[in-house]
Amino acid sequence: MGSPHKEIIKVRNLWFTYPNGVQALRGINLDIKEGEFLAIMGQNGAGKTTLVKHFNGLLKPTRGEVLVDGVSIREVSVASLARKVGFVFQNPDHQLFCETVEEEVAFALRNFGFKEDAIKRRVTWALNLLGLTQYRQTSPFMLSGGERKRVALASVLAWNPKVVILDEPAIGQDYQQKEKLRQFIVQLNAQGKTVIIVTHDVEFVAECNPRVVLMTQGKMVADGEAKKLLTNYDLVAEASIVPPQITQIFLGLKDLGLPTDLIDVYEARRVLLNSLEASS
Amino acid sequence: MSVFEGFRFRRVSSPIHRLDPRVKFLYVCVMFVIAVMFNKLLPLILLFFVQMPFVWMAGVQREWIRSMRGALMFALIIFLFNFVFTYFYTEYPQLPSMTLIEYSLSMTLRFIVLVESFSVFFLTTSPDHLGLALEQSRVPYEFCFAFTTAVRFVPVLAEEAQTIMDAQKARGLELERGSFMKRVRNYIPILIPLIVSAIRRSLELAEAMESRAWGASEKRTNLYVLKTKRPDYALAFVSVLMLILAVYALYFLPIPSLTTLLPF
Repeated sequence: MGSPHKEIIKVRNLWFTYPNGVQALRGINLDIKEGEFLAIMGQNGAGKTTLVKHFNGLLKPTRGEVLVDGVSIREVSVASLARKVGFVFQNPDHQLFCETVEEEVAFALRNFGFKEDAIKRRVTWALNLLGLTQYRQTSPFMLSGGERKRVALASVLAWNPKVVILDEPAIGQDYQQKEKLRQFIVQLNAQGKTVIIVTHDVEFVAECNPRVVLMTQGKMVADGEAKKLLTNYDLVAEASIVPPQITQIFLGLKDLGLPTDLIDVYEARRVLLNSLEASS
Repeated sequence: MSVFEGFRFRRVSSPIHRLDPRVKFLYVCVMFVIAVMFNKLLPLILLFFVQMPFVWMAGVQREWIRSMRGALMFALIIFLFNFVFTYFYTEYPQLPSMTLIEYSLSMTLRFIVLVESFSVFFLTTSPDHLGLALEQSRVPYEFCFAFTTAVRFVPVLAEEAQTIMDAQKARGLELERGSFMKRVRNYIPILIPLIVSAIRRSLELAEAMESRAWGASEKRTNLYVLKTKRPDYALAFVSVLMLILAVYALYFLPIPSLTTLLPF
């Protein structure tokens, strides 16, 4: 792990227009430091996915500059950027194609030219990490939705990229799987990996309290701590999202003199207990 | 991709766009039959120019030219194949004769005429009209539905293919690397998810259709009913007339070859 303040991704005045003329990004400036946990939020079509697709070179800027680990993405191939920046797509069915889970996880490692014994070791490690060891020889198509998502995640984590991007990690999963995944992501970040998630699931973000970037219509409207941004009613309304349920409750109880900048369940409970004790 | 651009329908209004698609299809079929009937250059040149007014009336010159440009590459291949193979089988030791060149050229022009008429047809007929035309020509509804659905899902599949390509590239897949066989094999990680998701999508669509009572009534009615109007009858008449003339010309008129007409 490098120095914690080194910028791994730098975005300078990034503009992007799709070939069909849709202007998806309009002047984005953003610095992401190594080891940071960032959530990019905003409504559908705000440009979130378009932005992160620049981080591994799938899209190239129309105007402006994106630097990954000090290198301009214009100059390097997707494959060489992918080695540093892992991208887990929203729908695992868009990438699973092998006969066994093991092969699926080894696919990227083969592309990157890892040696056979290293591949075996890393596959074992990644499957173990995501609790998929018993499915090693199973066809990925036989697994449930949540398991398929985990296979997709394992297939990216296997090559241990510096940055992991997760596009809508919370979609299509039941609450328990979502919670497990959330804990896993937090743990990954705690171990020093830079994690970027793209989502409009406020509750999912509220429980992690990462740095949040809000986007609307291709522009960044806010950048800061989740706790500050998600409790700002006007700001979240501008990005067409609603504050977390906890925040909504406390905004409703404002007249009782309770704080309104809460997003975390445990903190909320502590505040409520304190005020109940004080009043009794 | 420019070849396909030359067949993509755009919603505009013109006398040709308003024609009954069934009659337009009859016209295309007649063009097809005539083009196949003749292997001399003169009638095929005539056939090429006969269709020009349609392109102009429909106002699709730009798209039409694009389809022609797209066909050029194939046309060249057809010319070379015809020329080279016929030459080696028939006239090899001598120099190639003018007749051979004319023959190869007419084979090429035949292809261009076919592309031309199909291009005009697809450029001026909306997929919805095409479905309607099939339905109201008493083709079983199941087939019509399958056809229109297939047409409608082409852009959806194209978009999905792009997403899958991105997902695999993000896992280090390099499509443009390696020998020819390697490059072909590179497409397996794209094709499998695409096919699987297409099958899945079609099953879902089938369930959604059935839950909306698809096929409940034997006889379906249509909101839009195709009506054959005066211009349609005129085009049908012209098409049949052209066919009769062509048959007459083929059997009773000596068609001169260009080599005898031109002073070489």
